[in-house]
Amino acid sequence: MRYLPHSDAERAEMLAVIGATSAEALFSAVPKSALLDRPVDLPSHSPEFLVEARMRALGGKNRAAGDGPFFVGAGAYRHHVPATVDHLIQRSEWLTAYTPYQPEVSQGTLQMLFEFQTQVAHLTGMEVANASMYDGSTATAEAALMARRLTRKDRIILSGGLHPHYRDVVRTYLDNSDDLICLPASPEGQGDILDRIDDDTAAIVIQTPDFFGHLRDLKRAADAIHSKGGLLIVVVTEVVSLGLLEAPGALGADIVVCEGQSIGNALNYGGPYVGLMATKKEFIRQMPGRLCGETVDADGNRGFVLTLSTREQHIRREKATSNICTNSGLCALAFSIHLGLLGEAGLTRLARLNHQRGIRLSKALRAVPGVELLNQTFFNEMTIRLPIPAAPVVELLARADVLAGVPVSRLIPDDPAVENLLIVAATELTTDQDIDMLGECLHAVLSEEAA
Amino acid sequence: MSMNTQGRPTGTGTSGYAATSGSSLLPNEPLLFEIGDTEHSGVDLPDTTVGDEYLGGFARKTPLDLAGLTEPEAMRHYVRLSRLNYSIDSGMYPLGSCTMKHNPRLNEKMARLPGFADIHPLQPVSTVAGALDLMNELAHWLMTLTNTAAVCLTPKAGAHGEMAGMMAIRAAQAAKGEAHRNVVLVPESAHGTNPATAAFLGYTVKPIPARADGTVDAAAVKAALGPDVAAIMLTNPNTCGLFEPQIIDIAAAVHEAGAYFYCDGANFNAIMGVVRPGDLGIDAMHINLHKTFSTPHGGGGPGAGPVVLSAALAPFAPVPFVRDGQLVEHAEAGHLGRITAFNGQMGMYVRALTYMLSHGGDGLARAAKDAVLNANYVKSRLGSVFSAPFAEAGHCMHEALFDDSFLDGTGVTTLDFAKAMIDEGFHPMTMYFPLVVHGAMLIEPTESEPKQTLDHFCDVMLELAADARGGNAGRFTAAPTRAPRRRLDETRAARQPRLKWERPEMLPQAAE
Repeated sequence: MRYLPHSDAERAEMLAVIGATSAEALFSAVPKSALLDRPVDLPSHSPEFLVEARMRALGGKNRAAGDGPFFVGAGAYRHHVPATVDHLIQRSEWLTAYTPYQPEVSQGTLQMLFEFQTQVAHLTGMEVANASMYDGSTATAEAALMARRLTRKDRIILSGGLHPHYRDVVRTYLDNSDDLICLPASPEGQGDILDRIDDDTAAIVIQTPDFFGHLRDLKRAADAIHSKGGLLIVVVTEVVSLGLLEAPGALGADIVVCEGQSIGNALNYGGPYVGLMATKKEFIRQMPGRLCGETVDADGNRGFVLTLSTREQHIRREKATSNICTNSGLCALAFSIHLGLLGEAGLTRLARLNHQRGIRLSKALRAVPGVELLNQTFFNEMTIRLPIPAAPVVELLARADVLAGVPVSRLIPDDPAVENLLIVAATELTTDQDIDMLGECLHAVLSEEAA
Repeated sequence: MSMNTQGRPTGTGTSGYAATSGSSLLPNEPLLFEIGDTEHSGVDLPDTTVGDEYLGGFARKTPLDLAGLTEPEAMRHYVRLSRLNYSIDSGMYPLGSCTMKHNPRLNEKMARLPGFADIHPLQPVSTVAGALDLMNELAHWLMTLTNTAAVCLTPKAGAHGEMAGMMAIRAAQAAKGEAHRNVVLVPESAHGTNPATAAFLGYTVKPIPARADGTVDAAAVKAALGPDVAAIMLTNPNTCGLFEPQIIDIAAAVHEAGAYFYCDGANFNAIMGVVRPGDLGIDAMHINLHKTFSTPHGGGGPGAGPVVLSAALAPFAPVPFVRDGQLVEHAEAGHLGRITAFNGQMGMYVRALTYMLSHGGDGLARAAKDAVLNANYVKSRLGSVFSAPFAEAGHCMHEALFDDSFLDGTGVTTLDFAKAMIDEGFHPMTMYFPLVVHGAMLIEPTESEPKQTLDHFCDVMLELAADARGGNAGRFTAAPTRAPRRRLDETRAARQPRLKWERPEMLPQAAE
């Protein structure tokens, strides 16, 4: 077996040193009734080429995003990742290192995390960022809990523009708390959250660009919540947008959480992704997750360590700020390398290009008879209303090998108000041909239905 | 700009910081922000002009202030940084509880197939049949290895799996009208995530003391059980490296008291294919794919922590899950809502299943036995010098536990000893955990280590122990001296937190 180094002779030699008669004898502490008396009912070992063939067969049954026109977004986006990124993260020293608890032999990972934290702080316009969370959705739930700890108030209000899956995750984390108010979906981008803020509100959670693609007024929201002593949590699921849109920190955000997948990370059917979390300096002791800090070593040389770990479970156990242990290190590395390659100049160009692709898409969609664009504002994603339910249209277009977007009914079922809505996204990878093909196919399907 | 002795620039940035020490083999690497600037970029993109008519007045005014590197600069920066890391591929990682085994590269290759890496969680279900098949097959392997009724694949890490499993327990009890049960029993030897998870969900944590032999006392558990107890969270094999001999009795008592048995599966590597936790009476157990099933640790994640569930808890699994080949995305009666936005760590599912297919059921059992063999070999070879607190318990499982009593009077602490291991080319073992043992040293070699490496490791450990006891404390208190950095001032880092790079002009001037 290719992953197991011992020969039978070596095993026997080792057993002799231990003083055991067989490998099975080492399991003498296990109650007899618990030991399997037969091989487990699973296939036996397999050579590499057969495993590869089997996995290729499974993968081959999926339609990859790159195989044709593709407009699916809604919280995960297909962007180009430079070859350098994937090459570097596969280096042994990054890929197969453990959590940097021994800083003397982990300076690579630690310095990278320090750079990552700086990049995230700059991108969001906040004072500090942590070393990453599982993903954007869990980071949002953790931010809500953090706001409760900071304000000693309970009420959390989720905007109707928050991604429905994020809303579900917050609801699960908060155990369906009575003090969690989820405003109804707002596909037209209508703002309803400001009227709901009261003195008991710990935080309001606003996504921008929101689930439907609208850009939200963070400044007004910040002023309203701050006047009542609560916090503004801003959620960004398309992090490339921050290259073109004002930093949430500059508009009054107290906690910013993002899904960082768009930079450096593949779609991966939903994971692994990388959650970003940034906040104000005064709030760091209530921030969950790992933090890397600068210090010096015994010779006075600059070095980095994990720090402020008295917030964390391995030190504080039941008194920790969160049970979170793992972060998303390698995805954070991919994010950091890609953003390091982009730099300010590159990210700005990438964001402009995405917006330009979005504008091109919006024009093509508006030209399709029967299609109504709901957005006055957008970055690279928008919502359209069709004259008929969107889900079957998406299925029909998929048969024509056009993956047209996300029918809102997939995330918000049994709601006639959203049944005809389709969320459509473009990125730098979306070509004019793709867009024209979508327009034509949509036109064809809709006219067939009308006939 | 500074030049080194070959006349080559030592830095490309504009900030004036330059790498003035180190070599290409042990570099002193400046920060990204000290090398790059906001003009440079390593990505060629067209310079598009766009208006702001769709931006609603929210166009960026604050500078991004993000440093950029060209491709050669980026390559060198990250390769040089990587050289400052220890990794499994470069040496043994005897970290107890962490299962730092070999990470096969076939896993990486498969995870990058476009059919897995380039599919979107919300593209039509009809276009991802292979992804559903893969999740189904992974679920089948996990349920078969554990003899359980269901598995929730989505947790993003072990602690997230604990959360999902404990939420299912809470939901099951609420469904029975027993929402008042608010106590969770946690042995003192547990991982920190166990009490943290219970407290995170609002439970009161009641510690259960360990017996003198390092195992949990069934009588103590029975005495602690009562109408207010929701569950016990028990690690098996436990964190002292021992199989809990009374685990079947404990499970029966827990069930009789109307509570559930959460098993921390961090140590499943010791028993996969040999013992099925479902046969022991567990109700929920997370499985760290990044430990047992060889997905890489990546410098601290991403992990993956699917949680298997007994028939009693299966109706409460959080969405989404695959059932009869169908993707169930919305919570039905009883089921919990989402714990993450999408379908969990697909990239890790691909790697784990690739590993399982490679090993097969027979190979996994062989791997577990070799892991236990390696730990016992280390325990036997070190046992004459290193003090093992629970030696009378007999053979250990996949990790060997020692305490610091062999260092009594030497002036060398467990931490000093660990740092000296770095100078000898090894990553330290897990230290000061489990908490029930003074100065604990927990060694988990895993099945990946050849006998030759184990022998070298044991020789080094014995030599270090002899030197510590021979009065050479200085070697230990000064260590490491041969790593990229000497010991770092963690107190300073915590007292004056500096969590991001600041422009040099913002900092006090350093002396020339």
